[in-house]
This record gives sequence, structure tokens and C-alpha cells, in this order.
Amino acid sequence: MAVESLKCKECGEAYPLEASFVCEQCFGPLEVSYDFSGLDAEEARRKIQAGSRGIWRYSDFLPFDGRPGDPLEPGLTPLIRADRLADRLGLGELWIKNDAANPTHSFKDRVVAVAVAKAKELGFETVACASTGNLANAVAAHSAAAGLDSYVFVPADLEEQKLLATGIYGTNLVGIRGTYDDVNRLCTELSQTHPWAFVNVNLRPYYSEGSKTLAFETIEQLGWNLPDRIVGPIASGSMFTKLAKGIREWLDVGLVEGELPIFCGAQADGCSPVATAFAEGWEVCKPERQPDTIAKSLAIGDPADGPYALELARKTGGAIESVSDDEIRAGIKLLAETTGVFTETAGGVTIAVLTKLAEAGRIGSDEQVVTYITGEGLKTLDAARESFQMHEIEPTLDAFEAEFAGVGASA
Amino acid sequence: MSITVKIPAQLRAATGGDGEIEVEGSTVGEALDAVFDQHDGLRERITQDGDLRRFVNVYVSGEDIRFQDGLDTAVNDGDEVTILPAVAGG
Repeated sequence: MAVESLKCKECGEAYPLEASFVCEQCFGPLEVSYDFSGLDAEEARRKIQAGSRGIWRYSDFLPFDGRPGDPLEPGLTPLIRADRLADRLGLGELWIKNDAANPTHSFKDRVVAVAVAKAKELGFETVACASTGNLANAVAAHSAAAGLDSYVFVPADLEEQKLLATGIYGTNLVGIRGTYDDVNRLCTELSQTHPWAFVNVNLRPYYSEGSKTLAFETIEQLGWNLPDRIVGPIASGSMFTKLAKGIREWLDVGLVEGELPIFCGAQADGCSPVATAFAEGWEVCKPERQPDTIAKSLAIGDPADGPYALELARKTGGAIESVSDDEIRAGIKLLAETTGVFTETAGGVTIAVLTKLAEAGRIGSDEQVVTYITGEGLKTLDAARESFQMHEIEPTLDAFEAEFAGVGASA
Repeated sequence: MSITVKIPAQLRAATGGDGEIEVEGSTVGEALDAVFDQHDGLRERITQDGDLRRFVNVYVSGEDIRFQDGLDTAVNDGDEVTILPAVAGG
């Protein structure tokens, strides 16, 4: 049995594997701790390779005894070699991990699959969350598949696509008149009075473990190797830091060799508390009161894992940068035009930061770089508007010739 | 001035189970000090070297005190001061 306890990330105090997320001694975050001492790396590798076609192939590294049932298994999303994008940016070997290829089209399926399985195991009948959109989709869908009730709390001004792709699953969709941080505060308060499994509040230690599977898959898809550099988005900093947790666990047990990659984080100028703290040399983030960016899925003004994201980027020689809304739109277009992957605004942020680092000569041409695309372009269609022009013509050859004079004509 | 300080579930072991404590004070810091005086062990859990620990959020009537004057934020008669863990969300 590998999963051991919950442990405070700050003071190390251990807690039983229950629905709790805060250290009672110092208020630090709890995370899942494992004992891998009896684990044989070769045997673990064989078990993974013979496992399911999704995240549950990594069950030995997730907070369960054995593999939980999951009717909507996410994971094993494509890792695409992006040579055309690398050429445009003057980079060497560039890979895109397209995590839009999940059941509800974002990486949130990974964390929610783990949280909902844990909610069932702990006997909860209702699942809930505070979301910037993608999580809302995932919680509504996975709760529906598992036969659990759900309450999904979001800022009321979210993209229409994200609201529609939540409500359809039959959840109780609650739009809050306020920022994501207002939603988060309300959910933290509700978690004190309602016996619900708030996936990113009282189940957060389990939920965040799901992000490790993004790192596991990357390693496996690179032939059991680590990349030199990782570029990914930062909202709360949870996914960013859990990528590193997953890599460390596999380094410890010997499933992969090498060292932690260079970690680079991406934020939007309109909500950049972590990038600002990085630039200023602060150890903690100054919260952003009124985020204002088209990258709504990253608009967390008070990022819970901000201090850990800062520490990780600094320790690995990486960086955390921010980009403007125009750069985000350009990033979406650049990725689409060079790889055939249409991402949402968060992916635009990530590609724009990758571009910024590449153009500044901060990425070596000999580096193997993996970039995380965490969500689907169809969910933030407004960002694509006016990025191109459609040719509207009458259904005649003359009209076509007039519009495209001489193009492709053979006789 | 009478202030209600709301204690999160994670700290109620130190307050004998009380979720709300009535105290007097004209700033958030004074109100919290009054709570700490009533309940041993609470001060160390949420403060360090006179400041709030980094994973503690405090709100006055729903507004984060970091956007106001921190522990010096003024409180008025009947205000609610809410202590919450900061490690949620995302």
C-alpha cells in the first residue's frame, strides 16, 4: 500500500486520509504523502504499460488502494511533436501536450476524476466546486457519470460556451456576481456548513494529485525520459507544482532518471500575481483584486499555490512571465496555424509566453521543450473573432475567379 | 464596539467548539487579539511574528483585509470578521 497520509506542506504534521485540506497547527496546505519503499520500478513500469488507456494506469501513484471505478476516464492525451511551431520560434525540439483531448476538453478532467472517485470512497453524495469554467464542466460531467448530485459555483460573467457546457449535465449551476476569488471564498465558507465534497476545497489534496498524471504521461510518451524544460499556465499554481511532485516521485522510485526540468509559468497581464511576484523577487503573491483579462480560466487573483510556484520556477532556473490580451489572441492563432490545435485563451497565454521566452533567446536551441495546452478553443470562441476574414461569394465560377483571380487554375 | 469573529472549523478545537466569538475592538488586529486572549493556542496557529501566517485570509464583511489596511483595518459595531484558510481553489 503506497498511499500513507495527508501531510502539511509547511510543518509536516500528518493527518488521516479524510476530507480535510488545512493543517490545524499552522494553516498550511495538506498534500497526499506516499510510502514507495517497497515499490520495484521495473514491475511498476510493466503494470503501467499493461494498464488502462487513461490516468488509472498510474493508480499506484494516486491516493487510492487499488483502482477506483471511473465511468469517464480521462488521460493519455496526445503529445504532438510541433516542428513547424519550433521553426517559427527558432527552437529545437518542441512538443505540445494537447490536454484538450479529454472528456470535457480540459486538463480538469484529471483532477476531477480523482476527486470524484475519492468523494465516492468517502461516502459523499454531493460534489461541488468553485470554478473559472473548465472545472465547472468537469465537475458537472463526472458527477453526472458517477450518479452524484453537484453544485457548481462560477463567476456569473463567464464565457457562454463554458456555462452551456456545464448546465447541460444537469448540475446546479450557481453564477456568483463577483470575481473568482469571491466564488472561492463563498465555497470555503459553504464547505464549513455543508457536508459536500468541494473538489478544490476540502478534497483539494486528492484533487490536485490528478495533475501529476500529466507529468507521468509526458515521461512515458517521451520514452521514459524527462524533457529539459516545461512551459505551462498558472492560475492557482496547483497544476504547475503538481507536475513537479509527479516528476519527483518517479525520480525517487527510479521510473525515470535525470533531474527536474526547468519550469516556466505563464499568466495574463490582466491577472498576473505570480508573474509579478516572480519579477519583484517576492516569496508571496500580492493578490489581484479585479482581474481583467480574456483568459478567464486563469483569472485567479489570489493563487493558493503561488508561493510554491515561485519557489519551483526559481529553483529550476525557470521563469514566470505574463502577456497581453493581444499576445494571447496571437498565441492561439500561432498554435492553430502551425500545429492544427485550436486552444482556449489559457493555451494562448502559454504559447505567447513560450514565444516571448524564445524571442528573448532564453530557451536553448538544443533543449527539448514540452508545452502544456490545457483547454479547448471552442470554449472561448470570442478570442478567435476577427482573427481572419471569410470570403463570401455567390455560388458561381465567375464569382470565385473574381475573388481568387488565377489561384490554382490549371487550364 | 461589538465585533463577531467567525472561526473556521479547522480552529474550533482551540475555541472549545465555538464558531463565533463576540469581542470588542476598533481594528481587525484588536478584535483578533481579544479572541487570542480568550483562547490559548489560537495566536500561534494563525499568526507568526505579529503578522498573519501566509495561508490565512481574513475578511471584514466579505472584503479581504489585504485590500484594506491589513490588521489595522477599522471595524465598526456589528461587523463580522471572518477567518478562512487561503489554500482553496484553482
